[in-house]
Amino acid sequence: MAKSPEEEHPHKALGWAARDSSGVLSPFPFSRRENGDDDVTIKILYCGVCHSDLHSCKNEWGVSRYPLVPGNFMESESLALNAPGCVATHEIVGVVTKVGKAVMKFKVDDKVGVGVMISSCKKCDCCKQDLENYCPQMMLTYNSINHDGTKNYGGYSDMIVVDQHYVLRFPDNMPLDAGAPLLCAGITVYSPMMYYGMTEAGKHLGVAGLGGLGHVAVKIGKAMGLKVTVISTSPKKESEAINSLGADSFLVSTDPAKLKAATGTMDFIIDTVSAVHPLLPLLSLLKLNGKLITVGLPEKPLELPIFPLVLGRRLVGGSDIGGIKETQEMLDFCAKHNITADIELIKMDQINTAMERLARSDVRYRFVIDVGNSKL
Amino acid sequence: MGEISEQVNQKNALGWAARDTSGLLSPFTFSRRATGEKDVTFKVMYCGICHSDLHMLKNEWGVSTYPLVPGHEVVGLVTEVGSKVEKFKVGDKVGVGCMVGSCRSCDNCANNIENYCRNYILTYGAKYYDGTITYGGYSDVMVVDEHFVVRIPEKLPLDATAPLLCAGITVYSPLRFYGLDKPGMHVGVVGLGGLGHVAVKFAKAMGVKVTVISTSPNKKKESIEHLGVDSFLVSRDQDEMQAAMDTMDGIIDTVSAPHPLLPLIGLLKSNGKLVLVGAPEKPLELPVFPLLLGRKMVGGSNIGGMKETQEMLDFAAKHNITAEIELIPMDYVNTAMERLLKADVRYRFVIDIANTLKSSS
Repeated sequence: MAKSPEEEHPHKALGWAARDSSGVLSPFPFSRRENGDDDVTIKILYCGVCHSDLHSCKNEWGVSRYPLVPGNFMESESLALNAPGCVATHEIVGVVTKVGKAVMKFKVDDKVGVGVMISSCKKCDCCKQDLENYCPQMMLTYNSINHDGTKNYGGYSDMIVVDQHYVLRFPDNMPLDAGAPLLCAGITVYSPMMYYGMTEAGKHLGVAGLGGLGHVAVKIGKAMGLKVTVISTSPKKESEAINSLGADSFLVSTDPAKLKAATGTMDFIIDTVSAVHPLLPLLSLLKLNGKLITVGLPEKPLELPIFPLVLGRRLVGGSDIGGIKETQEMLDFCAKHNITADIELIKMDQINTAMERLARSDVRYRFVIDVGNSKL
Repeated sequence: MGEISEQVNQKNALGWAARDTSGLLSPFTFSRRATGEKDVTFKVMYCGICHSDLHMLKNEWGVSTYPLVPGHEVVGLVTEVGSKVEKFKVGDKVGVGCMVGSCRSCDNCANNIENYCRNYILTYGAKYYDGTITYGGYSDVMVVDEHFVVRIPEKLPLDATAPLLCAGITVYSPLRFYGLDKPGMHVGVVGLGGLGHVAVKFAKAMGVKVTVISTSPNKKKESIEHLGVDSFLVSRDQDEMQAAMDTMDGIIDTVSAPHPLLPLIGLLKSNGKLVLVGAPEKPLELPVFPLLLGRKMVGGSNIGGMKETQEMLDFAAKHNITAEIELIPMDYVNTAMERLLKADVRYRFVIDIANTLKSSS
């Protein structure tokens, strides 16, 4: 008989989980593994609420998660499962309470973070090049299934045990609560900005969508010396985008005249929008050789008009978080430039209301759960 | 005085044109401008038939004006040069591709990418600087600004080289730009037609391993034995496609009909690039997850600039690359168009203009 989540492992843990695709979360007792030689045990203090959490808790991605050839799925991962419970989040910050014998990088009381992945094969070309995020055996922090059949539970809980390789050192001067979202949102926009060359001062970056990812992209873009335009469907975000986040300009994407005036002005666009949306208006904003990099994960495929790609030698690319080395580099970059997320701190028992508001984009710009001070 | 002498010096020209969206071609007399000080005038020897000609003849892109004289894979012999022409002399073997003009002052023109100039002028069906409509290479003579004329290397045969002026540059440019030209790389070519077969030849000459992806199993034998392709995938065969997943550094997609991108994205390794050079009119479905999970890209490319077109021809000469052609007389052109529509050609029709385009008198 399969063991219950509480009995699977030796250390009792408390979390909040969604039990079914309603996505409603409630207290969920489970257990964590023994701290192995390479492991770090972390008492969780804060965790960010990522839009992926919402998608996962409601099982919105379902089969669309791995459609590499229609009907086929990646061998190493399975469908998003709710049973027995989905304990989400991968923007986890806390303090070390125990380290294994082989752990050199961390000691008890260190402030650390855990992001989107907790394991990979460590042997393939991707892993050897510090691109664990593209390893075919990369294991996500939550909702993934281990080789022994047990399930991984994320940061909506009091503690977590993680292989030291996948733990990040939190910079001293970075506040834990406002730094938590960087572990997913931050690296998700930082990595493509580095890879696709969006680091040359003076170049023009468009950021589509001003939410958790978008607002961090604006801050990082400005720190890199880029000119930044926010592209959004919400005119009421303009004042804050410019006055508070430092964007150079703001484009309402549903205004045809404004779009036309901005045609062919941007070197890059980071598209953070996770709903299905038209690409043609965004492609028209790009200069020759311009790059539209999508980091949001819509449920359905998007429509890609080909003429703008051909006539302007433009490209649409994707990017998925970043490797561990780059995630650490991103944290250090943000610490140096005093970049953190703009957050709304909540208690664990407010998570369901937060999820409803997140579905309506009613947050400036990331909820962070004060786990350390919440009753789980 | 000047105006009269211009009219006197205009040349009578004979071509074949379509008069309406049926796209049916028939003889058409018109005139070419007098040879200007920077112009090169040449007798057309051969002209390739590009699939774009078919789209334009039938106004499928909605931009055609009639009468339409197509042809942008044109080769011939120089008969006259203007007083300020420096690069060419009478008797030279020359070619003209898809453009005959551009603004010459923007950044793109200054950087030798006239093909991305906002005001570039197409070889046929476009408005020239003097307000006249351009007529293409299905004709006996052309007058072109020397900047848009390329030299055909001595060792290349004119007829089989003509298709390189559009098909050739269209696939050469993205192989270079997207870095799919490094020895040892693995590149896929989707579609084995005029563009596809030339892409195979260029990629092989660059030391790249080539896999053709096609809907036609009957093209397999010839592509491996004759074109030197390393492997061949039938795109409808799910098992073959599955086995080849995650193996390619890049793919040059020459198919202009609507087709699914998902299986092609699956063939790419991480960081792989799918480059479209065919341009379907309607948008294609872009599955986002596979793009993200492998940091893959979908890009486009449109012909190439004049400098790169010359470089492409010189590369072709060095590696003995020409197109596989079916040489036809001018009056076969309508039949050729019907066959082209059914992709019934190995792999490009070329019109033997000099020997078969005759005036009816």
